[in-house]
Amino acid sequence: MDARRESEPIPMKNRTTVKRKSERELVVTRTFNGPARIVFEAWTKPELFKQWWVPKSMGMFLRSCEMDVRVGGRYRLVFGHDASHPDEFFGRYIEVTPHSRLVWTNDEGGDGGPVTTVTFEEKGGKTLLVMHELYPSKEALDAAGTGAADAMGETFEQLDELLVTLGASVGRS
Amino acid sequence: MVQYARTGFDASFAALSDATRRGVLEQLGRADASITDLADKFHMTLTGMKKHVGVLEQAGLVTTEKVGRVRTCTLGLSRLEEEAAWIERYRQLWDARFDELDTVVEELKRKEKVDGRKKRE
Repeated sequence: MDARRESEPIPMKNRTTVKRKSERELVVTRTFNGPARIVFEAWTKPELFKQWWVPKSMGMFLRSCEMDVRVGGRYRLVFGHDASHPDEFFGRYIEVTPHSRLVWTNDEGGDGGPVTTVTFEEKGGKTLLVMHELYPSKEALDAAGTGAADAMGETFEQLDELLVTLGASVGRS
Repeated sequence: MVQYARTGFDASFAALSDATRRGVLEQLGRADASITDLADKFHMTLTGMKKHVGVLEQAGLVTTEKVGRVRTCTLGLSRLEEEAAWIERYRQLWDARFDELDTVVEELKRKEKVDGRKKRE
């Protein structure tokens, strides 16, 4: 359908997809324009990891980031502007295969935390990254989703704006 | 999010075309309320308010829960929309992260190139 030739550079960013693969699984995929060893490095060196894990647009603040990337090693991420109310994420690496596979636990929520598996598959200088999260139960995954209630906040902010616009037009008529 | 919001808004427009219903949403934005509270506030019969809340509920803008004899209304989306919304929210988070990761990858590639050149020199 598209007449673009393969050789032509396409300055398009790669797409991130998220799928709920089953009642207990979420899968995120994305391709990166670089070899697996580089993408893997960015996931396993704290000084690099810090540069992307907290995107500027999300308005979050990463206070500290400790990662001991080896089987049985622990990681700990501390978020939040307010030191008295830190948001902590921590767990253990249970599989570390350089340049191809990382598996870790998410223990901050107790037993209900998912196990995260990230695979790095290199093809023609690009890397397909697949992040798979397996929750212990459907309820745990549902709870993780509803816990992300800020999504509702954002939707309602948009709705607020719409209401203001509608209100203004009603006032004029 | 954009895609989701658009369909959500399409479905919501009918519900929002009525001034009372917009008022109810504003009210619920401040605090949850029972249908009786809302009927009082908007000087309406209970039956009339039930109809309005029903329309908002169908549009996924309001959820209600009956505890005892009181039906409480809350701003909210339907379960299906909630799931679509949180998955999209989650996608946005990862998309934003991965955009930054693109930058890190580009930087590392550039460094490798420079280092490679240095080694050859």
